[in-house]
Amino acid sequence: MSAAIETIRFENVSKFYGEVLGVNRITLTLSPGITTLVGPNGSGKTTLMNLMTGLVQPSRGKISVLGLEPSNATEFFCNVGYCAQFDSFPRGLTGFQFVLDSLMLFGMSEEDAHALAVEALERVQLDAAAAHRNIAGYSKGMRQKIRLAQAIAHHPRVLVLDEPLNGLDPMARAESLALFQELGRQGMHVVISSHILDEVDRVSDRVVLITGGYLIAQGNIHEVRQEVRDKPMQLLIRCDKPDLLASKMFAVNHCVEARLHADGAGIFLRTGDVDQFYKILNEIAIEGAVKIEAVAPFDDNANAIYQYLIGSDGSAV
Amino acid sequence: MTDLIRTVQQQPWSLWWIQFRRFARIEIRRNLITKRAWWIYFLAFVPAVIIFIHLIVDRHQPSSMTEDTNILAGIVQLYYVRLGVFFGCLGIFSRLIRGEMIERSLHYYLLSPVRREVILLAKFFAGSVSAVVLFGVALTFDFVLMYIGYGGAGQDFMLHGAGPGQFEAYLLIMVLACLGYGSLFLMLSLMFRNPMPGALLLWGWEAINPVMPSLLQKFSVASYLRHLMPVSVPAEGIFALLTVETEPVAAWVAVIGLLALIAVVLIYCCIRMRRLEIRYTTD
Repeated sequence: MSAAIETIRFENVSKFYGEVLGVNRITLTLSPGITTLVGPNGSGKTTLMNLMTGLVQPSRGKISVLGLEPSNATEFFCNVGYCAQFDSFPRGLTGFQFVLDSLMLFGMSEEDAHALAVEALERVQLDAAAAHRNIAGYSKGMRQKIRLAQAIAHHPRVLVLDEPLNGLDPMARAESLALFQELGRQGMHVVISSHILDEVDRVSDRVVLITGGYLIAQGNIHEVRQEVRDKPMQLLIRCDKPDLLASKMFAVNHCVEARLHADGAGIFLRTGDVDQFYKILNEIAIEGAVKIEAVAPFDDNANAIYQYLIGSDGSAV
Repeated sequence: MTDLIRTVQQQPWSLWWIQFRRFARIEIRRNLITKRAWWIYFLAFVPAVIIFIHLIVDRHQPSSMTEDTNILAGIVQLYYVRLGVFFGCLGIFSRLIRGEMIERSLHYYLLSPVRREVILLAKFFAGSVSAVVLFGVALTFDFVLMYIGYGGAGQDFMLHGAGPGQFEAYLLIMVLACLGYGSLFLMLSLMFRNPMPGALLLWGWEAINPVMPSLLQKFSVASYLRHLMPVSVPAEGIFALLTVETEPVAAWVAVIGLLALIAVVLIYCCIRMRRLEIRYTTD
């Protein structure tokens, strides 16, 4: 099986809305798993998703999803589900009718469509009574769930989710993230854009950082962090004597900041040379003066990388 | 979903036909009875209400059947074709695509595994069914109410006389008017964010078209329909402008000419639909 039919590919893709830049010269290949699009408002995340699903056409370049193009609607949308961020629905439908109508357009029998609709509503944990009420009376969280149900109901291989956690309460967010993780594990492509980076970050296999319509970085979150080596890395060290550890670490010049953890049983250290840091930490551990329980990177996440790579005004640094 | 893909590879037309029927069914369910369309029901049924009031009030002074036949012809030609069906179709057909863009729900259909041409044609079909049912029922009421006051003579006219032929001709005019104006308003809604100025220009064009050269008359829905009228409306006063007699054209030529015009407009609509982008923020 060729790589093209297993990946989502953007080849030098640009999109202009008249004079306004949507995205520019995006070249990107996404493999199966969970990909998070990260960027400020107006950075081009939604444009990228709309391009991927054919809602807008590229001004330049080529996009293929599993080797398919949106112009081939039947095959394409059997494989792709898109939960867009538009919080609106066709008028006068119940949640169940909305999902059922969508499935009926696949040409399947009414029984099959009914079974898939019930299954999708169960997966997003929308109860049957709510599903048979008019969508107009739904809360924001319920509307988000019904959109998600509609996007996954036909078992697509690619699921594109634009801000899927908006409006969900913490419990529903956790359930949705668990669902995304499960879908990712099943070998699906799950492409997510979200502002709730801390939560999405935990389930992502890779991040794509964009700002001002330009691709800034992409890849595994740890690899991307390594690309930002000029920024001091922050680590959390759990130990019995954080004060002593801080004083020892400040004796070397690559440690630029130290901050005690709120519970007093750990310390955040910021270092400009992580390799040297680990070497010295090992020496301290061998000395036995400080009992080290755990060491973990603390800014090895999409939120921190986002802050490092993208300035407060949304410009690349 | 692999079954579906196999079907589309082997028999695309059968799948498109299934999708067309299901899409049309969804659209008709949503379009035919809706509170928002009250003003279209009003446009359709206002002549029936007026005829009914006359029937009650003028019960003891009936006018002649010939006069009422002319009045009914006037209602069809001057009211329905130029006003009722025109603006009714504007409301129904411009909502099919543009209305969904305003309500931000069109993307659900564009993200379905249905070719955009099938979506457009199914929507057009659903709009046509809605319009034809509405105006067809209204016309039936008009026809029955117009002659029912004449008792046995009226019944005889409606069932055995010239009535059935006239009714069929009016019904054909209604169907063609709905299809013709419907296709044009669908096109305008695909071309412009606000189809209303274009629709008003079209209204003006339809009004002045009878005095245009015969070549330009081919680009008018009303001019084709005029040739299908079973009863000529006497031209008096300002109505003379709207009822200019042009060179006679055979009914089949008028029907085929109008169907050809509709086909050309729909092909153009399909091309626009393929290029349509969802940018709700600018709509």
